[in-house]
Amino acid sequence: MTGAASTFWVRNRSLLAWWPAFLLGALVVAAVFAPWLAPMDPDRQNLLARLKAPGFEARGAVYWLGSDELGRDVLSRVISGARVSISVAVLSVLLSGVVGVAVGMLAGYLRGWVETVLMRLVDIFLSIPAILLAIITVAVLGPGFINVILVLALTRWPRYARVAYGQTLAMADRPFVQLSRAMGASTPRVLALHILPNIIGPLVVVATLEFGLMVLFEAGLSFLGLGVQPPMASWGAMLSTGRNYIATAWWIATFPGLALFLLVLSANLIGDTLGDRIGKER
Amino acid sequence: MLHFLLRRGGQAVVAVFGVVTLVFFIQRLTGDPTLLLVPETATQEDIEAMRRTLGLDRSLIVQYVEFLTDMLRLDLGRSFVQNAPVWDILLSRIPQTLQLAAGALVVALLIGLPLGLIMALTRGRAISRWIMGVVLAFQSLPTFWSGIMMILVFGVWLKWLPPSGIGTLSHLVMPSVALGLLSLATYARITRSAVIDELGKDYVRSARARGAKTGRLVRRHLLRNSAIPVISITALEISQLLAGAVIVETVFAWPGLGLLTVQSIAARDFMVVQAVVLLGAFVTIAANLIADILYSVVDPRVRLSGKS
Repeated sequence: MTGAASTFWVRNRSLLAWWPAFLLGALVVAAVFAPWLAPMDPDRQNLLARLKAPGFEARGAVYWLGSDELGRDVLSRVISGARVSISVAVLSVLLSGVVGVAVGMLAGYLRGWVETVLMRLVDIFLSIPAILLAIITVAVLGPGFINVILVLALTRWPRYARVAYGQTLAMADRPFVQLSRAMGASTPRVLALHILPNIIGPLVVVATLEFGLMVLFEAGLSFLGLGVQPPMASWGAMLSTGRNYIATAWWIATFPGLALFLLVLSANLIGDTLGDRIGKER
Repeated sequence: MLHFLLRRGGQAVVAVFGVVTLVFFIQRLTGDPTLLLVPETATQEDIEAMRRTLGLDRSLIVQYVEFLTDMLRLDLGRSFVQNAPVWDILLSRIPQTLQLAAGALVVALLIGLPLGLIMALTRGRAISRWIMGVVLAFQSLPTFWSGIMMILVFGVWLKWLPPSGIGTLSHLVMPSVALGLLSLATYARITRSAVIDELGKDYVRSARARGAKTGRLVRRHLLRNSAIPVISITALEISQLLAGAVIVETVFAWPGLGLLTVQSIAARDFMVVQAVVLLGAFVTIAANLIADILYSVVDPRVRLSGKS
């Protein structure tokens, strides 16, 4: 490597380490601006252009990543699938996070029978493998955008409850918490003003890692036909179709899977880095 | 020890009881569990008849007690779709899932342990960071994508392996690898941190000072002492593998419990879905119990302190 080039890399090493954040940012931008970024209508079928390889051109429009079994543009569907994937993951992380953190803080602060009941409940939820719990709940409620979010939240809140519980236990004996309690602050006030700000760090790490997991779960449920329903574009559902056409049209499964992998990888890398940072601070 | 076993066993019993209760409530999330058991074309009279035959018109408490006693007698009921006892249906699928889980465990151990060891011994060097990158990538790989990509490359393009189905040992290779990748990553990370912990201890330093070579050090000391966390994580991985099998079996058309679950949902065979979920939960609870007991046998501090 020449001197100038190596200096460039040394100087920008810290910038380069940010690539997971850039990647995640790019995918979020794609999700938010999907209708404007997608070159074609992701749901428009063109039966004359079915199963065409990447780069195929029809009436001036180029299918950069090929077309699926109904002649829809794979690139446009991957972009629009980012929207479904990210919105389901964000909403289910928020919902399960709020419920789980509230439960965990109450158990850790109030102690006594509240603690016993809530934490046993957490144990019970955690003893059913998450994907099976999600599957049986979808089997009862039926699939669909809202139901998938509800099911994922129902499955994952115990994870936050565990972390919030442990952190609250450590925090509840601190002098400033004791003092505000002695001065007559109500439970919600102590929890929201004194405890939550001090335990939010580890919870953010959990939420980041859970985000990646939620993306995988949504795709998994959609792959099994239990998630978001057609014609809404979902990476999991595209993979399921692509699996059936794997011998003739490799691109249908390859590209949505790649997008899925990159999204989960960037979220996991960010979560790992955050975890290391927070671990060092203490 | 007896005290520990009793307390830990009691917790497991409470968990089993709780899981059964939870499933009972999930059945009733939409209000009427009868609707889960009848075909979509059923008329109102059919639904009423079904409700009476199953006793779902009785009070909730009576239904709950009956559900509990059925579970205590290990009676999982009958599938109305296949018109067969649920146990018979499960038993016909369990061997295939066990085969798959065993294959995945072999893949994960054979590759994960050496990778973790190498990472620990080369800590701080570029090779260690590269392996860690690969391990992290494995952790983020959706099994249904890596599985499909393997089918594409080794099944369709190279034609080295059969793309799906069951039969010979070569059918088992791709599903095992697809299912094993995630556990492989877990093993590599656990082994790495366990070996790094051991490397920092005094006995390693004195062995080095006596002139012990790295190979001898690893064989004589490190592997044995690092085995504890690895063994206890294996118990937990088994339930992970069973859950992961749902997806992998669907990708490879592997006729085990996972594929059965997916097919049963499509066929509205709720009794079977429920049975697989209960089975998965019981295996998880049992695996956790075994892991804790193993751990306490190896490391007595666990059972002496209040928390496990």
